[in-house]
Amino acid sequence: MTAQRSRDGALEHLKREGRIVVVGASLAGLRAAETMREKGFAGSLTMIGDEPYEPYDRPPLSKQVLLGNAVAQHTALPRRRAIDADWRLGVPATGLDMAARRVRLGNGDEVEYDRLLIATGVRARPWPNEEEGALQGVFVLRTRDDGEGLQRALAAGPRRVLVIGAGFTGSEIASACRERGFDVTVAERGSAPLVGALGGVIGEVAAEMHRENGVDLRTGVMVTRLEGDPAGRVRAAHLSDGSTIEADVVVVSLGAQRNTEWLTGSGLGAGPRGIACDAGCRAFDIRGIVTDDIYVAGDVARSPHALFGYQFLSLEHWGNAVAQADTAAHNMLSESADRRPHLWVPAFWSSQFGVNIKSVGVPPMGTELLVMQGSLTERRFVAVYGYQGRVIAAVTFDNCRWLPFYEHQIETTAPFPPPFTTVDRRPEGNKPVPADFPDPSIPSHGPTITLSGYSPADRKMTFTPARH
Amino acid sequence: MRLVVDLNRCQGYAQCAFLAPDVFAMHGDESLLYNPEAAAEQRENVERAVAACPVGAILLELTDEDMKHVPTPDAVAGAAGSGGAR
Repeated sequence: MTAQRSRDGALEHLKREGRIVVVGASLAGLRAAETMREKGFAGSLTMIGDEPYEPYDRPPLSKQVLLGNAVAQHTALPRRRAIDADWRLGVPATGLDMAARRVRLGNGDEVEYDRLLIATGVRARPWPNEEEGALQGVFVLRTRDDGEGLQRALAAGPRRVLVIGAGFTGSEIASACRERGFDVTVAERGSAPLVGALGGVIGEVAAEMHRENGVDLRTGVMVTRLEGDPAGRVRAAHLSDGSTIEADVVVVSLGAQRNTEWLTGSGLGAGPRGIACDAGCRAFDIRGIVTDDIYVAGDVARSPHALFGYQFLSLEHWGNAVAQADTAAHNMLSESADRRPHLWVPAFWSSQFGVNIKSVGVPPMGTELLVMQGSLTERRFVAVYGYQGRVIAAVTFDNCRWLPFYEHQIETTAPFPPPFTTVDRRPEGNKPVPADFPDPSIPSHGPTITLSGYSPADRKMTFTPARH
Repeated sequence: MRLVVDLNRCQGYAQCAFLAPDVFAMHGDESLLYNPEAAAEQRENVERAVAACPVGAILLELTDEDMKHVPTPDAVAGAAGSGGAR
């Protein structure tokens, strides 16, 4: 068997003196590189990143950094091991020649590869009006530089902060600003904060949290225009309901866009929804044929998941970046029979208004919701999402120790509503209620899980491309 | 030193917040906030926190500078491979 496996020696050759290029020097790219070295890859490793910094951690940027407990410049990720890489930082990849196995860089350089890993992630969706978005005092929050700029603006003591979009990031920013005592307005196009990710029932709980903590929350409205003063500083925002909000700091939190433009015309199956890959992280080309030498991991990937009807999921989750990077790196250095599927159960966390929100599974697939433990009014609960008679997701507010239990329920496709009735008192009753997700064709900040169904019998999650 | 906490894994046991209160702090009942780049003099506290975490959620990388700080017999042994991550 061993002899048969190494019959052409290609894999051994790759491990010994091959060239691996990783495009994207953030969490997924770094962890993949570490795994490759752990698995004995001794060839050349090139890390390409458009930001001039070594890999750093992004979640603190909307939490510790805004609260003043940490500094944006000091969030570099700890290394699991040395990776002995040729770092090309501050230079974006601008093109891919699949036939020649070559990545083009923004400075004109070209890097050849035997195996390529794409982990270019996402970027913050900018304010659609470029001129207004360039006003001083208008921010997005995704990168270290963004965090540093916002940190500085908050240190100057703004009179009012306007957050546009109440997804997880927007809500965390609003929470941190309130904690520091600034007046905060949040404008959300949907009916409630977090509604795209967790649905209307939980969204209502989030809305109460905003209001109780003194956020001026406006839902069902759009910001139609940002107004600057003669010095080019933002002064006010005009809303679709005719009102005006005076604010000297505006944070645009409208979700993310996938960094795939550099692959346009390359023949790889990449677009605004991300890069389609198989369960083993191998990228598809535009003809739907899986490539042998190009792998994808992290926020930019879109891969089928057996637990969720083989839908292609793209997950903007920290844990997904780590797990998928590990699988991609393993598969890049394995014979086909030794490859592993990426079957991570989606999981994320958020911390806002002093409440720890965590989730497993795919809440936006859920049609029904049942509070299993605790109660919504106390903001301490476990709520389970049901889809076609099975448990598909769970969310906890300050009750995270139960999540591994529900993760197991999801993995074993346990029935919904769950049959056990005695785990807790249930002030909200034992009858599931509609989870109340908005019509996905209505634009809002995106959920952090994007579904793209393939069967007309499935719940319709139509993808609406952003106009930009 | 650099550190990162896998907050998917963290279940809010708060052991780290007791052992290294200048680096880890609970925010509300269950959320954890931490400084991703703690000062060298926190090394012993942070190492205790890493060891005490019931779910093993803390990844720590010690830099050469951390190794220079107040060497103890343990740390000298650990310093053999510089930047000993775990």
